Amino acid sequence: MKPLWALLAMLSLPASAESQLNLTKGVTEVSNRVYDLHMTIFYICCAIGVVVFGLMFISMIRHRKSKNPKPANFHENVKVEIAWTIIPLLILVGMAIPATTTLIAMEDTSEADVTIQVTGSQWKWHYKYFENDVEFFSRLATQQEQINNKFTKSENYLLEVDRPLVIPTDRKVRFLVTSDDVIHSWWVPDFAVKKDANPGFINETWTKVDEPGIYRGQCAELCGKDHGFMPVVVIAKEPAEYEKWITDIEAKQEAARQREQELLSMEMSKEELMDLGEKVYNSTCAACHQPNGQGVNGVFPALAGSGVAVDPEAKSKHIDIVVNGVSGTAMQAFGQQLSMQELAAVITYERNAWGNETGDLIQAADINKVMNQ
Amino acid sequence: MSTAVEATHHDAHHDHKPSGIGRWLFTTNHKDIGSMYLLFSLTMFFVGGAMAMVIRAELFQPGLQLVDPHFFNQMTTVHGLVMIFGAVMPAFTGLANWMVPMMIGAPDMALPRMNNWSFWILPFAFMILLGSLFMEGGGPAFGWTAYAPLSTSYSSDSTALFVFSVHIMGISSIMGAINVIVTIMNMRAPGMNYMKMPLFVWTWFITAFLLIAVMPVLAGAVTMMLTDKYFGTSFFDAAGGGDPVMYQHIFWFFGHPEVYIMILPSFGIISAIIPAFTRKRLFGYSSMVYATAAIALLSFLVWAHHMFTTGMPVFAELFFMYCTMLIAVPTGVKVFNWVATMWKGSMTFETPMLFALAFVILFTIGGFSGLMLAITPVDFQYHDTYFVVAHFHYVLVTGAIFSVMAAAYYWLPKWTGHMYDSTLAKTHFWTSVISVNVLFFPMHFAGLAGMPRRIPDYATQFADVNQITSIGGFAFGLSQLIFLWVVIKCVKGGEKADAKPWEGAEGLEWTVPSPAPYHTFEKPPKVD
Ligand code: HEM
Ligand SMILES: [Cu+2]
Repeated sequence: MKPLWALLAMLSLPASAESQLNLTKGVTEVSNRVYDLHMTIFYICCAIGVVVFGLMFISMIRHRKSKNPKPANFHENVKVEIAWTIIPLLILVGMAIPATTTLIAMEDTSEADVTIQVTGSQWKWHYKYFENDVEFFSRLATQQEQINNKFTKSENYLLEVDRPLVIPTDRKVRFLVTSDDVIHSWWVPDFAVKKDANPGFINETWTKVDEPGIYRGQCAELCGKDHGFMPVVVIAKEPAEYEKWITDIEAKQEAARQREQELLSMEMSKEELMDLGEKVYNSTCAACHQPNGQGVNGVFPALAGSGVAVDPEAKSKHIDIVVNGVSGTAMQAFGQQLSMQELAAVITYERNAWGNETGDLIQAADINKVMNQ
Repeated sequence: MSTAVEATHHDAHHDHKPSGIGRWLFTTNHKDIGSMYLLFSLTMFFVGGAMAMVIRAELFQPGLQLVDPHFFNQMTTVHGLVMIFGAVMPAFTGLANWMVPMMIGAPDMALPRMNNWSFWILPFAFMILLGSLFMEGGGPAFGWTAYAPLSTSYSSDSTALFVFSVHIMGISSIMGAINVIVTIMNMRAPGMNYMKMPLFVWTWFITAFLLIAVMPVLAGAVTMMLTDKYFGTSFFDAAGGGDPVMYQHIFWFFGHPEVYIMILPSFGIISAIIPAFTRKRLFGYSSMVYATAAIALLSFLVWAHHMFTTGMPVFAELFFMYCTMLIAVPTGVKVFNWVATMWKGSMTFETPMLFALAFVILFTIGGFSGLMLAITPVDFQYHDTYFVVAHFHYVLVTGAIFSVMAAAYYWLPKWTGHMYDSTLAKTHFWTSVISVNVLFFPMHFAGLAGMPRRIPDYATQFADVNQITSIGGFAFGLSQLIFLWVVIKCVKGGEKADAKPWEGAEGLEWTVPSPAPYHTFEKPPKVD
């Protein structure tokens, strides 16, 4: 009775009511089956609810003391009790059959056309295409100022990333899901795909999207402080467009790698290093070590005025930590995530910002040395 | 069903209790210990509730306004732990301490000295847990489930305190459970065979076995966590040959029976209250007992339904889905039996009955969402969203907590000797039942629409739902102050209560005067 009022209140809410109140139908055959299953079970529950609560309310109205001063005497009836064991059992069998077939379809990852490895880490996704030489990181694109209520919130607040995953429509895409650190969960409601990313193990799942479009989801497993800021965005493109996109990006990434090799022999100026370093720091490091380098007491160490970042002797240790991470802590290996130039810049920045005064300049070649040790 | 032949006037002569603080510190009296458990539970209910208010205040609007995400995670984690181990479980243990001996005609619990210990270590456990919030790096922030490796490699140093406090809570629960079992097996009044025991006693009997079976499993899980973090083992670390998903298997092998630990005693309470205010015997007593046992046994076979997305083989998913769905059958039997008890009864609607009726309806709604969650392919969509949060709060708040409130209103006259202010009590009921639905019902929609749980901030499309939810939350929180007021008022005074203040109530506890004398049933009553 009370829930019904709440339900009515909810239904009278403005705009986009449909998507706000129910599971999405999604855009794949599987997600449609899941939706149907959801609605079927929901209706069955409602029907049982109407019967049970109905009887209760009739009883509360008709069998109250003022109406029915003398209670009846029965307190057992084997036939009835057997009936209400058997009938629910049959209803359950009726639910279990479509559930089983749907589940088996969902778990069949064989014969995929495209395979993509999805790696979760605190707090971003890494996508790697197996058929092509393409891989990239995908991070939250919402500005910190929106989160802190300084700017107005964008339309896809918290559900937007810098580099979305792109997949073809009408093709079976297989995802290999794993993690670098803690457990995350890769979830796109429109595909009815949710799979945990477990460190050290690989899970498989798949989808086949019918309609081109942009589909949004989020990490669905508590993975630390920024768990709420780890969206998933997938763009599904027609196969031809997808092919064009993937060859483009492949070429771009190849070019970037070559440029990187050339850079090894080049020296950047302090201004250039500090400029780039600040940008990289704020997008990659500030989430934990904080924009002012102060860290979070007891959780993330400070860089300003303490530790390796101010120790003139510890230059190579500093590089090693940033490149290879510190195992068993939240400090990741950024060697794969950033270019050598970016790494050089951000380490230079850390050694010379917020009053740190080592005066050290780190160049891409220094990073290369550590990486190839 | 039973009659007592106790000479109550005789009791009254030597019903002296020890005085001063020593009475409470060293007491071995089941009634004192019961009261202390209940008081402790109420305190923790408000502590955990205050944390829930912090969570709901932060979620009132999109964006971060009050707390930072790390602190938010500490709040959800400690809220969950405090509510489960501090509010619900001690409340049930308190009720068991008070009522089990009185219902079976025993003078006290079987192991009174241990009873004192099992209570007194609890405040220490919670001082440690709550104290850890003030440590450098903050308290536990990995969710009450403490999944590795977030809780091992990536947690702050308060983890050691978390593990220590969970150990103490576990020891306390096990000691309490042993006491309940021994009391029920050995101290029943002559003539009270098992199939004559009140259902509250039966449900606690079964619950106690669950506790003994699974609390050591939890202790094992958190100990492995501790050695992984501090002593270089790698039970849950893939790099060292371990498996983080194994943590979840171990945890939920404890965790799923645990949720039944938090609901079976409710079934017993409701099975006492509905017949009392229906003036009709409970329908299907024996099928109630069998259903309870069936639920308890099944609860050991379904743990992995919390883990459908972890990547289990499909046949395992099917097995756990079928087993989980099966639990709906005995649970359904219980609900049908309660409805059949009401049918053609002669009902009145005193406060305990109101809470019991709300329990039946709202717990059943929680059961429906539970059934939906059991369906593996759909669970992929629901898992770790607000749909789950809605589900478990329907069973925990409008289930477990409402049944405890029903029990408190039912037995308060027996405990204090006074009738409470029933207008105030009914106000508490109506404000609670309305606000709790405004609080938790919209969460179903937030979850279906895709809002993950355990997030401090959310996409703007969830704003309206969260606002309604938060308003419901504050209203529910405030309503509980009325409860506090009713209880304090009733302890202090009020209309004298008869030995049996409820016309239709049955059971040995109503054969002793109200308030129940300090020592009852020194001569066992006869039961026929
Ligand atoms: C005043 C009433 C309550 C309110 C407003 C409330 C609210 C909440 C909220 C908002 C969450 C966080 C959900 C998430 O982000 O995952 C939560 C989590 C939780 N609550 Fe409550 N709650 C209340 C009472 C209770 C009670 C009485 C219990 C137990 C008997 C309980 C048990 C839990 C548990 C186990 C969690 C999960 C914690 C975790 O994710 O680790 N809550 N609650
Ligand atoms: Cu994550």
